[in-house]
Amino acid sequence: MSDAKTATPQADKVPVTVLTGYLGAGKTTLLNRILSEPHGKKYAVIVNEFGEIGIDNDLVVGADEEVFEMNNGCICCTVRGDLVRILDGLMRRKGKFDAIIVETTGLADPAPVAQTFFIDENVGRKTRLDAVVTVADARWLKDRLKDAPEAKNQIAFADVILINKTDLVSPEELSDVEARIRGINPYAKLHKTERAQIALSEVLGRNAFDLDRILDLEPEFLEGDGHDQEHHGHDHHHDHQHAHHHGGLKHYHDEDMQSISLKTDKPLDADKFFPWVQDLVQKEGPSILRCKGILSFKGDDARFVFQGVHMILDGDHQRPWNQDEKRQSRIVFIGRNLPGKMITEGFESCLA
Amino acid sequence: MTDTRSSDTVSVVDRTQAIDAGGAVIGGHYLGRIAVFVLGEEVLLLAEHKGEQRRVAVHGGAILATAADGARIVSAGDDGKLIATDSAGEPRLLATDPKHRWIDHVALGPDGAVAWSAGKSAFVLPNPSPSRSRGKEEGAREFQAPSTVGGLAFLPKGFRLAIAHYNGASLWFPNAAGAEPERLEWKGSHLGATVSPDGRFLVTTMQELMLHGWRLTDRQHMRMSGYAARVTSVGWTQGGRWLATSGATQLILWPFQSKDGPMGKQPRLLAPSEHRIAVIACHPKQDIVAAGYSDGLVLLVRVEDGAEILAKKPGDTPVTALAWSGDGLLLTWGTESGEAGIIDLA
Repeated sequence: MSDAKTATPQADKVPVTVLTGYLGAGKTTLLNRILSEPHGKKYAVIVNEFGEIGIDNDLVVGADEEVFEMNNGCICCTVRGDLVRILDGLMRRKGKFDAIIVETTGLADPAPVAQTFFIDENVGRKTRLDAVVTVADARWLKDRLKDAPEAKNQIAFADVILINKTDLVSPEELSDVEARIRGINPYAKLHKTERAQIALSEVLGRNAFDLDRILDLEPEFLEGDGHDQEHHGHDHHHDHQHAHHHGGLKHYHDEDMQSISLKTDKPLDADKFFPWVQDLVQKEGPSILRCKGILSFKGDDARFVFQGVHMILDGDHQRPWNQDEKRQSRIVFIGRNLPGKMITEGFESCLA
Repeated sequence: MTDTRSSDTVSVVDRTQAIDAGGAVIGGHYLGRIAVFVLGEEVLLLAEHKGEQRRVAVHGGAILATAADGARIVSAGDDGKLIATDSAGEPRLLATDPKHRWIDHVALGPDGAVAWSAGKSAFVLPNPSPSRSRGKEEGAREFQAPSTVGGLAFLPKGFRLAIAHYNGASLWFPNAAGAEPERLEWKGSHLGATVSPDGRFLVTTMQELMLHGWRLTDRQHMRMSGYAARVTSVGWTQGGRWLATSGATQLILWPFQSKDGPMGKQPRLLAPSEHRIAVIACHPKQDIVAAGYSDGLVLLVRVEDGAEILAKKPGDTPVTALAWSGDGLLLTWGTESGEAGIIDLA
């Protein structure tokens, strides 16, 4: 239920950037860069209590990363309780800073952080999740993807990925790690950095969770790749990571994390689609890390956009379809062991 | 709905003394006849009705929690300090968190005891005196909750503190060294605690849109749900007959007159609006509740028959603070944008 008259416009909300990355990838270096560059902006920073951070900023808050399960029968509705508390406290000093950065521990799952913004209304009323930024170690990510599920989650969840420490690997190793990242998450903006050197506009102010900006549904690296088929979800089982080549770039399929992208030019039936997607996230929510979609419904002249984290979905009419615009519905799921066949068939059954 | 109400309802709006708080008001209290507006940052504004106003800077940052007992207001801040301020506006340091953590909960108990919490640590200082004003080391007792403390409330008797946290609450006897606290379990995140004036019930506000209650004699559970938003403001009407709550588009009152409390009973629903109630304050002497809505409206609601009196017309921002003077003759309100007022009902 929204309280229309007192709802805060999106632009008035304080943007929150979530910074993740496995231990030693370079999160702290990036954070220090954000805080020390002469951009004239002031950031409040929420750091994990055990961080080795030495930041000179009076708006640094220690967090304890307490994650709890909501008592609502939804097993993946986990929320960062400390964030609810800290954001509430920080908003009392609104005006003293322009944006908030949440640094998570290397072992953290980004989902509870993101879900906090959807589940807690007080948080969602005054702040907005801007993007999940993941720093990956060019040299060690490959190993971590094998032995650390957290590292894989962080890649899968990201809107922006920095492949950092590129100076420590050969060009071949770099393109290999890039392909492995793409195998998990083809939709994130990917940057290659040394010592986390990057234009801050590539990291901050991304609006990646803004329903009005759900545009990045095209896999970045596949553009012009001739990969324009109905979907590239895979329902057969992959025993191992394997690579094949598309236009010179290696293409990995991760053995347990993949993305499924579906599209159709035929209009969807809203009365079929919503029950289907609700049921899908209810049943498969634990394995669906993120989903996004732009939808064209029969008898509806407005684009419908939605996004989700595990079982939580958020959607709205965005704007009327333009006259010259192709009324195409596109939907993307990123997750673990996704039932590709079931999702594809389910989506197709929603055609009007 | 709201608009017709503002023209038809009996009004006390013209008895309002407007106050310019100069910043978001996050809480209100009374020290005798002096209204205290808690501002989001640093300052308490002490205002006599139609008299002197003074601003007292009590914290070096955001004020995160306050409690008052009529003689003093105890405030906690993100500067890691706990400060007591009396009606003369004299702030006094009660404690500093040794790790400079945010102190974000505070409660006052019988005989002048003060409780506060920072992270998982809850502290109790029995009747603080000036000689103990340097840090928590002297006299303060510490309790480690299993997770971050969500709320604190003293029981009316027996020097006992209820501590809300994840998956339940703990009842702690600060004077019984080494005694295990009694643990009350209920899954979920408990973000606030209140004890009925007769000490028989503990009620917590939850991250989930509900309240949870325990009858302390037999740990009987009570679930109180039906809210549209997280409940952030609760209060007991005089004598503890009703528990009044924010969080819905009507004033939800849970009956606590009988020994079973609200178990198996429906709440009373009054003063419906299209906007949610953001804050409530119970009259100290009568079954009347002041309800502040998210559109800025304030109504005085009589529990017995739901009769309404308009106390403030809707405005631009939510009501964030309401407080009654001890005699129930003055009501103050404050909003998120820093508007404030004192209404003389005498």
